[in-house]
Amino acid sequence: MTVDLTTNAAALALGDDALVLSHRLGEWAGHAPVLEEEVALANIALDLLGQARVLLSMAGDEDELAYLREERAFRNLQLVEQPNGDFAHTIARQLYFSTHQHLLYARLAAGDGPFAGLAAKAVKEVAYHRDHAERWTLRLGDGTEVSRRRMQSAVDALWRFTGELFQPVDGLDVDPAALEATWLESVTDVLRRATLTVPEGRRTGAWRAGAGRQGLHTESFGRMLAEMQHLHRSHPGASW
Amino acid sequence: MTNTDWPLWEVFVRSRRGLSHTHAGSLHAPDAEFALRNARDLYTRRGEGVSIWVVPSSAITASSPDEKDPFFEPAADKPYRHPTFYEIPEGVKHL
Repeated sequence: MTVDLTTNAAALALGDDALVLSHRLGEWAGHAPVLEEEVALANIALDLLGQARVLLSMAGDEDELAYLREERAFRNLQLVEQPNGDFAHTIARQLYFSTHQHLLYARLAAGDGPFAGLAAKAVKEVAYHRDHAERWTLRLGDGTEVSRRRMQSAVDALWRFTGELFQPVDGLDVDPAALEATWLESVTDVLRRATLTVPEGRRTGAWRAGAGRQGLHTESFGRMLAEMQHLHRSHPGASW
Repeated sequence: MTNTDWPLWEVFVRSRRGLSHTHAGSLHAPDAEFALRNARDLYTRRGEGVSIWVVPSSAITASSPDEKDPFFEPAADKPYRHPTFYEIPEGVKHL
């Protein structure tokens, strides 16, 4: 590993978020409930992969960073590495993350920092991801008995990972904490309109999950990385 | 992949301003809003369009193959239906 991991902590943090979520969404390929939705999820995954490539290239060699780092060197949020679960879990994860990413990128695009260019381009993609997640949340929450129950359980299960979204990121010219009130307002509004109950569990203190930015990850992440990195590690330098 | 009860929609895409919407294909979606979004994902990801229409396939009335002859084979002995007798003046470009 030749890359100095401290040089561009912010690029790594945002790049890893995009890379890991992209991979998770890609896992739906061949498994989504309907073909149209499979394409929608794959499109979102590809948008995120494009962002990840730009961001990781800012921090070093994109392939080395994606395929040759150990778990502890990844700086993504624990939220994005959570397994797909059922479709409701995937949508809840996307709602929480895309709302956050949209607010963050809009703020970065308005500034003149190193991420302004990427953010200006990506913010349009992310607006679509957010719209997609919000519409599905409304339909599943305010849908059938079963979809409502599953959506509520997904929203509850992932809630503890949302406190981490607002932790400071080294080298980022926006303080994520400043986005929290708007995020909470927006997510609360969507959940209410979806006739879902806004989770009451703690997002801070002892109940708060999340030290992904410090390299601590949850159990399923190692397995995901093994799958993602296996080919490159088995055949170093292979190309199509 | 399980079968769902999502209805079928026909998608029409306007490729650029000034042209009319053209049939691009069909897809399944739970409602009109998602039909539009699925159409965007399936048919316009590479900048193919500036506007999309979606129409429930069930709302389309189509001619039947059985009616092919009465519909599409008009009498050929009525040449006045085919404006082929006009001489085009020289220099007219946009006819």
